[in-house]
Amino acid sequence: MSLPRRRDVAPEFDPTQPLVGTGNLRRRHGVSRVVQGIAVAAAIAAVAVLAIVVGGVVAHGAKAINWDFVTKPAPQGVAPNLVGTAVIVGVATLMAAPVGILIALFLSEYAGRRSTRPVQLVMDVMNGLPSIIVAVFVYALLIEGVGGKQAGWKASLALSIIMVPLIARGTQEVLRLVPGHQREAAAALGVARWRGVLTIILPAALPGIITATLLSVARAAGETAPVLLLSSFASGDAFQLNPLEEVPNVPVRIFQLSEEANPEGFTEAWGLSLILIAIILTLGLGSRALLNRSKRKMTR
Amino acid sequence: MSATPPAGSASLKLARSNRQSDSRKRADRVGDLSLRLICMAAALLAAIVLVLIAKEVVEGAHPSIARYGLSFITNHEWAPPLEKFGGEGLILGTLITSAMALLIGAPVAISIGIFLALLAPVSVRNVISPLVEMLAAIPSVILGFWGLLILGPVLVSTVEPFLHDTLGFIPLFGAPQTTGASIFNAGLILTIMVIPIIASVSRDLFMAVPPELQDGAAALGSTRWEVIRGVVLPSTLSGMMAACLLGLGRALGEAIAVAQVVGGGTESHLSLFRNGGTIASLIALQFPSAVSALHTSSLYYLAAILLVIGVTSNLLASWVGYRFGSAGGAMR
Amino acid sequence: MSTIDDHTIDPSVGNGTAPAPGRVRIRTEPLPGVIGSPAATESAAESHVHVAPDAVFEAERVGIFYGSKQALIDVDMRIRRGQVTALIGPSGCGKTTFLRSLNRMNDSVPSFRIEGQIRYHGHDIYGSNVDTVEVRRRIGMVFQKPNPFPKSIFDNIAWAPRNLGMRQGLQERVEKALRGAALWDEVKDRLKDSALGLSGGQQQRLCIARAIAIEPDVLLLDEPASALDPIATGAIEDLIHSLKGRFTIVIVTHNMQQAARVADRTAFFSLETRGEKPIGTLIEFDDTEKIFGAPRDPRTRDYVTGRFG
Repeated sequence: MSLPRRRDVAPEFDPTQPLVGTGNLRRRHGVSRVVQGIAVAAAIAAVAVLAIVVGGVVAHGAKAINWDFVTKPAPQGVAPNLVGTAVIVGVATLMAAPVGILIALFLSEYAGRRSTRPVQLVMDVMNGLPSIIVAVFVYALLIEGVGGKQAGWKASLALSIIMVPLIARGTQEVLRLVPGHQREAAAALGVARWRGVLTIILPAALPGIITATLLSVARAAGETAPVLLLSSFASGDAFQLNPLEEVPNVPVRIFQLSEEANPEGFTEAWGLSLILIAIILTLGLGSRALLNRSKRKMTR
Repeated sequence: MSATPPAGSASLKLARSNRQSDSRKRADRVGDLSLRLICMAAALLAAIVLVLIAKEVVEGAHPSIARYGLSFITNHEWAPPLEKFGGEGLILGTLITSAMALLIGAPVAISIGIFLALLAPVSVRNVISPLVEMLAAIPSVILGFWGLLILGPVLVSTVEPFLHDTLGFIPLFGAPQTTGASIFNAGLILTIMVIPIIASVSRDLFMAVPPELQDGAAALGSTRWEVIRGVVLPSTLSGMMAACLLGLGRALGEAIAVAQVVGGGTESHLSLFRNGGTIASLIALQFPSAVSALHTSSLYYLAAILLVIGVTSNLLASWVGYRFGSAGGAMR
Repeated sequence: MSTIDDHTIDPSVGNGTAPAPGRVRIRTEPLPGVIGSPAATESAAESHVHVAPDAVFEAERVGIFYGSKQALIDVDMRIRRGQVTALIGPSGCGKTTFLRSLNRMNDSVPSFRIEGQIRYHGHDIYGSNVDTVEVRRRIGMVFQKPNPFPKSIFDNIAWAPRNLGMRQGLQERVEKALRGAALWDEVKDRLKDSALGLSGGQQQRLCIARAIAIEPDVLLLDEPASALDPIATGAIEDLIHSLKGRFTIVIVTHNMQQAARVADRTAFFSLETRGEKPIGTLIEFDDTEKIFGAPRDPRTRDYVTGRFG
């Protein structure tokens, strides 16, 4: 048997040569390396921006933080704003969580093919609404039309519109992960559908629902526009726990201070920013970690 | 439901459990129906809210629409004391800042997505990914405050003069102002907001490209970039489009941060370095203290325009994601 | 056959193609019943040796690990030019792992580690200066499940040649590749159609065409017909026959009859328990007729007669 001859090889290609690049490979490797360098640089830039922003807040805000700042009302501190934000966001959560969970239940348990798309669409649109528009809407509905005044709960209502799609989406994800055999077991025992949902499926999805809610709380705590239009006149010199009144809060205070262009106010604004960022990042990271853990438990 | 009862009382027990199961079944049916109705009501409530939003905004805008009609879009004077309201400056500002955010942000974000999904080892990805997402979690009021006090001065002292000196012949790069509050600043802040959104979605899209496809390309003697360019990017094009539309929606709707850094101007101009305004930021700045009914109504008019643009881009994003598959899953 | 240090006479090569002058080392054929060969002494530092001109691959005491788990142990084999070499054996015995190591496709598995040497035309594939992209340019691979790109049929084939700078005569190159893969007649009128619209068998032939379009030196086929129906399988086997000679082909298959039909030489791998865990091992490597007709090792005999696996 004679050695087969390679009739069809392009003349410049000799497979027995060392395994380094032939032809245009060096240039192609160069291009690939440049692109990879760009990708790495982009990632580094993003992290750098994060560091610069958060670092700036920490550097300027740390000066303002002390015990008085966090516990006393104006002029020494911003405690009413912190408490006020908690009140407003708390009421918003009470409004938004049930609606969001029910909508998620609808999509996951009850919606047929014809109703899933429209409801999903409604959620998507609601998710993408600019918060200023939501603010204007609630203003038009509750203040302008009826000659009403600003109040904490009205801001809560606007925030809840922003929170509902977030809670619904997160709840949907977790409901999807509830293993099929749990639903089947409930049905096989002759348990009514509604009992199965309320006593088996929802509790199984509860950790995920909580984290979705926490994430939306983190988002709502930082939202300024709705509160700017609906609960911004309260000064921070007194605590106000009644949501029917105007309630002082954090993001609007920061905004007002930044618009005043008074350098003395800036320190207070930095301090508020630091507290706000700390709360939000903690909520965000913590709840995401919880979500991953509960997801892993359920898919085991 | 019950185990086999002892022989003697069998019929008695059976009769009793039948009665119980009858009332149980009725309760079950009521319960099932109630829960289903409540869930449907919640979904319906959301839809009604959306309709109400549209209604209120359009109603509020009605006087201004009646007064100006479509010329509102091309009138460039916005002067509340003079009762003159034209939206061109704001619309222009909105378009320029959003375009800037996408033109700079999308390539950077996609590069980050490539890095996270295709180049970085898993340990690095698990650290950098959350950091990038953290960028999205920063509240806009804080980012705007930072942009005003820290970014602004830097821009005015270095970047803007440099760009003006080298590219000043283009009207876009006109003379900088002293304050650091400018369209340019607003555009950069929006870029920072848009990048994590597009980056996260891109990363998810790239990670979903089947490894067999990438193996097939690699086995043909291709460099890493050639595999990405030839296989990964083409198969995720529609998803990336949807991601960019999502980012666009975010940029269009951002009111507070832009209000803090854009300078509050309302003139219609094309210079990046002067102050200006966007629709959302103007509403945030002037709505609480509008001076007249026409003023308020014109602000509603602007809100209506914003609503239309915003919802359209959102719907486009959903449609692209729905139509072309994988993006929808990644975005949810 | 004789083994001589400085000169080679290998009967299967035949009429005296003289080896390159200079130092020549020989791989000995596996002796009956003995796996591997006493390695001709070769300093480990040497990554290039002149070899018998018919050897494309030489594996020397190759062991493959995924982390701490060993998948393959002590593989010695020589794969000859222009021939079809089949790797058979039960599932999980490491034959696909070995195949993928031949063009460094296992590099993407993070815990992958290799011991011993795999030499390609005398060059250590895992050497320090080796360019993996170049390795894969010369050693092509077709995968078990067809994986056409989401592009047109023409662009699927033309993509790699374009990267390599082969822009002249692209049309002819694509046509030649499709003819070589016995697909031309079926697709010549719809080259602009998406490749995803082809049937499974056509897609696999497209992948083969894609691989041969850049005219590699070697074709590695990883169970190319296992995802296909019998008719498509037959087409693939005919294709392999027609490609033999132009390319050196190494094919992994779990279908013994297929190996018997297409391969010149066959390597039988199996799991042998060494110590605690079963590890993939090369049991026997010989001409196909011998493996199936008169295997030397009882384990080979058991497998090819269907007693297990």
